[in-house]
This record gives sequence, structure tokens and C-alpha cells, in this order.
Amino acid sequence: MTASIEDAYQDGNALAGPLREIFAVDMTAAEGRCASCGLTGPLASLRVYGPEPGWVARCPGCEEVLLRLVRGPQAAWLDLRGIVNLRISLPAEAEAAGA
Amino acid sequence: MGIISRGFRGRPRDEGVKLPPGQYLTHDFPVLSAGPTPRVRLDTWEFTIDTETGQTHRWTWRQLLDLPSETPTVDLHCVTKWSKLGTSWKGVSLDVLMEDVETTAEYALVYSYGGYTTNLPLQDLLDGQAWITYEYDGEELAPAHGGPARLLVPHLYLWKSAKWVRGIRLLNEDWPGFWETAGYHNYGDPWREQRYQGD
Repeated sequence: MTASIEDAYQDGNALAGPLREIFAVDMTAAEGRCASCGLTGPLASLRVYGPEPGWVARCPGCEEVLLRLVRGPQAAWLDLRGIVNLRISLPAEAEAAGA
Repeated sequence: MGIISRGFRGRPRDEGVKLPPGQYLTHDFPVLSAGPTPRVRLDTWEFTIDTETGQTHRWTWRQLLDLPSETPTVDLHCVTKWSKLGTSWKGVSLDVLMEDVETTAEYALVYSYGGYTTNLPLQDLLDGQAWITYEYDGEELAPAHGGPARLLVPHLYLWKSAKWVRGIRLLNEDWPGFWETAGYHNYGDPWREQRYQGD
């Protein structure tokens, strides 16, 4: 168990699959603001630990927990309390409506 | 001879062993991580028990090592479904640490260096069921497994055995911890397969 293995984390792109199961769009490009230190960046820039016992995504600036996602056999639990808000790029409303 | 030596050293028992439902046997010691591994200096390390009335009991590293120790050999059951049998530890029983603590609290919130927390009823820490451990398998406890000291409460899923333990708050109300607020079961009895909320 070397230090590099103990502290091994992936980048936030690891969340693409787990979050696609819940959200209709790829969430790794969504911009989030850390509730602790204010750092803003895409979810793909977070430091992600997991998948077991659950995904834990931490701020690359202050290491606070921004997101937790636990997948049980019949439900998922998603905790976003560490994120002030998420900016999710979407198609223009008219475009999305197919107009 | 074979039968005696297999049990005597607490070595893993493969044949005919009864595991909690849904568990499989492993011989290695997987490391699951929810964050960076804290590096705690022993000269600043401390363990505290805070009571519901605001009293704090505090031990330095040296004071912990000077307390009477025990060497429990126990089976571990992780909620991620692996079980490891006959693990050997050295540490101080919570019964010793609680000896001079006056409390009527029913709940405990365990907290760790690095910010991890986990909750359990206080009675699950007493009567020879829990230890603050600092040696595993005859060697000092590695940081990856919670060193310098981790809580060991083997009758519950292993997430309750908080790595890098720093203290215990005794509370009149239950206060769910890190995984308990993220979908995992509040109590976590492996023999009743209490993995997730609602199990």
C-alpha cells in the first residue's frame, strides 16, 4: 500500500456514467461552485474517490466534499450540499422544443 | 494438530465457515477510500471523548499506549460484501476509556482526522465490543488502514470502524454520519444485512 495508491483518485470524468443514469445530460461539463472555498469548475475537474462504498467527489482546491453518490440495488442517493449551484449548458429552449 | 493450529492463530478459515448473508471471503485487506489519507503526527495526536454535558476527556498518544491493552482477534465484514476472518489487533477497549466518563447519552458520533464521521448507539461501543486499535497483525497500524489509530467495532459493517479516529461525541440524539447520510443504513448489522436505508 504505497502512498500513491492510498491517495489515488480519478478525475471527475469518472462520474459520467453514474450521473448519466440519473440526469438526462452529461453532467461532467456542468460548472459547479464549491460551497467551502468558492472555486468554480466543471465536475470533470473534481477529485473523485470510489466507486465503493460510494462516489465521493472533492474540490481540487480545498479537498472538501462536493458530491456524494451511493448506488444501492434499487435506488441512488445523491448529495450535492457541497456545491452552491450547477450551471448546466442546454440547447436554446426553442431548439430543444424542436421548433 | 491441524484443527488446533487453524483456530489457535485465528487464521482465515475457508471451509464450512458461516458468513453473514451476501458476503464473500477474502484473504487480502482491501482499502476503500473516500478521500486523501490523513498523515497524523503522533506528537500532536489526541483522542477525546466529549460528553453531552460538555465535559471533555483527552488522551495523548503516550497516554493511550500506557493504558491496559487487549489483543482481539475478530472477523471483519465490509458493506461492499467482502469478509476477512481472524484478523488480529491490539488496542484499548472502549470500556477502559469510558471508565471515568459520566454520561447518560444513548448515542455516539465518532469523528476522524480528515473529517470522516460515523454514528452508532453508545451501548455498541461497550461491554467488550469495541476498541481504539493501534496495531494490526503485530505491526503498527498503517495509515491506509486507519493508522495511527482506528476504531474497531467488528459486529457492525466495517464503515463503522472509523479510520484515523480522533474522538467520540456522546449525544442525547442520534446524529447520522458520513455514509449514514448518503444512503447507507443507520445501524449496519451484517447478520441482518442492513446495508442501505430501508434494509
